[in-house]
Amino acid sequence: MRPFTYFRANDPSAALQALGSSATANNPLVEAESQALAGGTTLIDLMKLDVMRPRTLVDINPLASAWSAVDLGNGSLRLGSMALMSDVADNPGVQKNYPVIADTLKLAASAQLRNMATLGGNVMQRTRCSYFRDTSYEACNKRNPGSGCAAMDGVNRTHAVLGTSDQCIATYPGDFAQAMIALDATVEIVGRSGPRSIAFAELHKAPGNSPQIETTLAPGELISGFAVQGAWPRSVYMKARDRQSYEFALASAAVALDVQSGTVRGARVAVGGVATVPWRVREAEALLKGRPFDEQIARRVAEAAFSGARGRRHNEFKIDLGKRVIVRALLQAASMEI
Amino acid sequence: MTTAAPEPKANMGQPIPRYDARAKVTGKAEYAADMPLVNPAFAYLVTSSIAKGRIDTINVADAKGVRGVIDVFTHENSEKLEKAKLFSNGGYASTTIQPLSSNEISEEGQIIAIVLAETFEAAREASYRVKATYTAAAPTSGFDSPGTTTAPAKGQVAQFTEDAKVGDFPKAFEGAEVRLSAEYETPPQHHNPLELFATSCVWHGDSLTIYEPSQFVHGLKHGVATQLGIDPDRVRVINSYVGGAFGCKGSMTPRTAIIASLARRLRRPVKLVATRDQGFNIATYRAETQHRVELGASKNGKLVALRHEGWEISSRADAYAVGGTATTTRLYDCPNVESLVSIVRADRNTPGFMRSPAEVPYLFALESAMDELAHQLRIDPIELRRINDAAKEPIGGKPYTSRAMMQCFDEGAKAFGWAGRKSEPKSTLDGDWLVGLGCAATCYPTHMAPSAARVQLRRDGRVRVEIAGHEIGNGAYTVIAQAAAERLDVPVDKVSVFIGDSDLPPAPVAGGSTSTASTCSAVIMVCDQIRQKLFKAVMPGASLIDRAKETVGVGQTPITQAARSNQPLDLEKSFDALGVSLVEEYGEWKPEGAPPDSFRAMHKGQVRMVGGSDMKDKIAYAFGAEFVEIRINRWTHEVRVPRVLGVFAGGRIMNPRTARSQLLGGLIWGVSSALHEGTEIDERYARYVNDNLADYLVPVNADTPSVEVIMLSEQDDQINPAGVKGIGELGNVGTNAAVCNAIFNATGQRIRKLPVRLEKIET
Repeated sequence: MRPFTYFRANDPSAALQALGSSATANNPLVEAESQALAGGTTLIDLMKLDVMRPRTLVDINPLASAWSAVDLGNGSLRLGSMALMSDVADNPGVQKNYPVIADTLKLAASAQLRNMATLGGNVMQRTRCSYFRDTSYEACNKRNPGSGCAAMDGVNRTHAVLGTSDQCIATYPGDFAQAMIALDATVEIVGRSGPRSIAFAELHKAPGNSPQIETTLAPGELISGFAVQGAWPRSVYMKARDRQSYEFALASAAVALDVQSGTVRGARVAVGGVATVPWRVREAEALLKGRPFDEQIARRVAEAAFSGARGRRHNEFKIDLGKRVIVRALLQAASMEI
Repeated sequence: MTTAAPEPKANMGQPIPRYDARAKVTGKAEYAADMPLVNPAFAYLVTSSIAKGRIDTINVADAKGVRGVIDVFTHENSEKLEKAKLFSNGGYASTTIQPLSSNEISEEGQIIAIVLAETFEAAREASYRVKATYTAAAPTSGFDSPGTTTAPAKGQVAQFTEDAKVGDFPKAFEGAEVRLSAEYETPPQHHNPLELFATSCVWHGDSLTIYEPSQFVHGLKHGVATQLGIDPDRVRVINSYVGGAFGCKGSMTPRTAIIASLARRLRRPVKLVATRDQGFNIATYRAETQHRVELGASKNGKLVALRHEGWEISSRADAYAVGGTATTTRLYDCPNVESLVSIVRADRNTPGFMRSPAEVPYLFALESAMDELAHQLRIDPIELRRINDAAKEPIGGKPYTSRAMMQCFDEGAKAFGWAGRKSEPKSTLDGDWLVGLGCAATCYPTHMAPSAARVQLRRDGRVRVEIAGHEIGNGAYTVIAQAAAERLDVPVDKVSVFIGDSDLPPAPVAGGSTSTASTCSAVIMVCDQIRQKLFKAVMPGASLIDRAKETVGVGQTPITQAARSNQPLDLEKSFDALGVSLVEEYGEWKPEGAPPDSFRAMHKGQVRMVGGSDMKDKIAYAFGAEFVEIRINRWTHEVRVPRVLGVFAGGRIMNPRTARSQLLGGLIWGVSSALHEGTEIDERYARYVNDNLADYLVPVNADTPSVEVIMLSEQDDQINPAGVKGIGELGNVGTNAAVCNAIFNATGQRIRKLPVRLEKIET
């Protein structure tokens, strides 16, 4: 780990000032001179690996007193960005009205990590691509723009089949983000020029020609919270992986259904573990609307969801697996007792 | 899962709690990297990013500029050390590739520089600033990569002397009523003990003390002395606890002599804790293997022909092979047997021992093939094994000293509900889950090696046992204390055990499941020497001594009947008669059949291991049967293991609690070797990719909800004085086959290449 200056921000404005002083928008995140430190569960690892090399760490944990509330309104939900994964996963109101959110958190990482990690940090977590995390590989467009991609023809079993480009196939690894994008959450952002809100779907950027830029946050901006309108008691998160805990998804699906008298009134489907960014499948989920639910329609949704997928040597299987996960998730959501 | 200590059955010791349990759970147990040092310099390794080629330039100027850096050592300014000889060729070393000796690169992750600094952090920071340029050659990564060379193991590996063969295999196979031919493959695996590869070296004048996790402190001492060119008596290795080893800490890796040399040069202690990913390259691993098994049988299931051919990856520099055909050609009764083991060289680091080195890959092949044959014959897999159960091994016709394999199967079948299994594959569906049951045999050779011990007995009954054994989680402290307490008839809490120090009497490597059999046999013998001294004091008389001469057993010191019997000691009376307050005895024990140079070798840190199929007129193995229930989700093909059962017979069980713990861990590791573990290699560069504990998968609790161990009572008086067969490596053999056999039962699909991954399931 390289030496850095530690700055503890006692309030949002101090944090924004400290963060904003040196950040630049178009450099790789790994070169950002200032980084916000919340739970630290990804950042510290990457600093030890010499992937992240911040000169300044701005500790925003004092902001937790203002930014960690879980507010269940009348058919709505607001989550503070500094809320811990474990606290939100254990919240009875979240479990009842938003099981998909509770499940994404409960099935992620380990108990120890969930007790440290914040929601804001969770959505900002970095890819697990081995070639990104090991600086002895020169080729990584995310780390060294223009250097190439070692994963493209390397060991790429865990890599993405959706949202890829010829520059990068690194998978977005998170779970919670799939629930957020599925439920059309809003991201609340604060910056030195004031607060703003964006749709969750606008937060992450697919790699395209600039995989080094991963989000639309401006330099020095912080996420203060997430908001969801409407309640989704009929929702599930299905996660297929190589071991039953403490492991990232090979393929996952966040599904929410509104079924009345056997007819689907509303449907939300997002997939994880298979795409470069949190991935909503709007065209696929639209097939469900106004239809009676059955396995056949679930299979059609799954097919449509992966119609644009492109596999490589080791991850081709994810296309089929992703479809199967969607079908299983939809069947389970449809049969929920609520 | 039951957590209570098992009730001891006949020929089992008491299930006393682990001697070191409290120290471990309270953090008081001192591991190598915990040892306090005065003013240490911290070392950090810089390793090669190519697997084959040479270093053209190595720039350390930037690194030296980091505040706190003392110096940076590369091949250009490192001391030239004496060459090391491979452990399995009669030397001490895990590899003969000697880093920092030239600009040649022969493996990925080879040490190319070492930074020394005032702090660990400065050393690590500086390591990022060491810049090497290479001329890289295209490396050969493994079996499927161009450029491998293949040759029989026999003739290359000192310890592999025989491709076992009997009868006329080709003819018998040709004429067999039923034939099976199948190919299997196991992946590279890394031990990944929780404790990292740490080494601290401290010089006092011309004497060196090494703190390093070691399964063989005497071997390490002699190996380092050889490489440094100094008197071995000037080297001391101290290591009270090993935080997991599984074979990777059994032989000397290059780092130790290098760190010792740097400490000598700097005139201050040097401490190294290599990182997790570096550990994948600077030590050993289980190399990938390929197998072809051919079985011929009669329609009623009797084996008439068996052939097992194995291929194993090794490095260019060293011929290492596990050669599991020694076991697989002897497990079942079959008149016509053939085998061949070949080594396939690639540009990789040298592989080495990993828990049950030979049996894990080779029994995966044989026990999968037996299951395939059972299905082909429509015979229950347990019955097929009963039909071919062997009282004598088929190659040399030697009788097993004891063999309870079928008792293990029968006991296990009852406990597991085997009778309810549907033999037709894919016939049980529970909701969305396909359910299957599978089983496999396990066995492990009973190994023993010469060992010395020193024991003190005080008048008040306190006992001190000194033996350079190793606590690798095996319960060495506990069972050694129990052995001494039992022979000297004192409560176990009166016994203090000192192990893990090369200044103590030598014990063999804690490998090959030799530890308990060897160290306890030595301790028992030396305790009997003490008993003899005490008996002599109260029963003087020549006849006693004469009788002693007649009863010389496998030990070196004549022991009288009285001493060997369980006749109680009267400490007060004996010590009064002797007129002393403390009696101390030293002894050297060697197993039957050990070569004449055994003790000389022992004092040079070398092991003369005997047992298993190498014995003169008998063969000794521990046996077991393992059962696995598999559930496979019909949508996602995720594989779950709701139940595992292992039934084992391993001779005398010194302590059912620590033994159960060993076997339990073994079973979990067995599941892991089927479903989780596998080192992934980037073929383009011959580099390990998943070199961390997030990506190299080992099971978590959720993967193994119910694991049960049953130990059968077994007495075997033909193996060693302790009556112990060794169970450290028995648990994780065959489990991989049992898992795949259960998957076949659940799905009708045979998986012959490990690890199982959900994309391999096609149902």
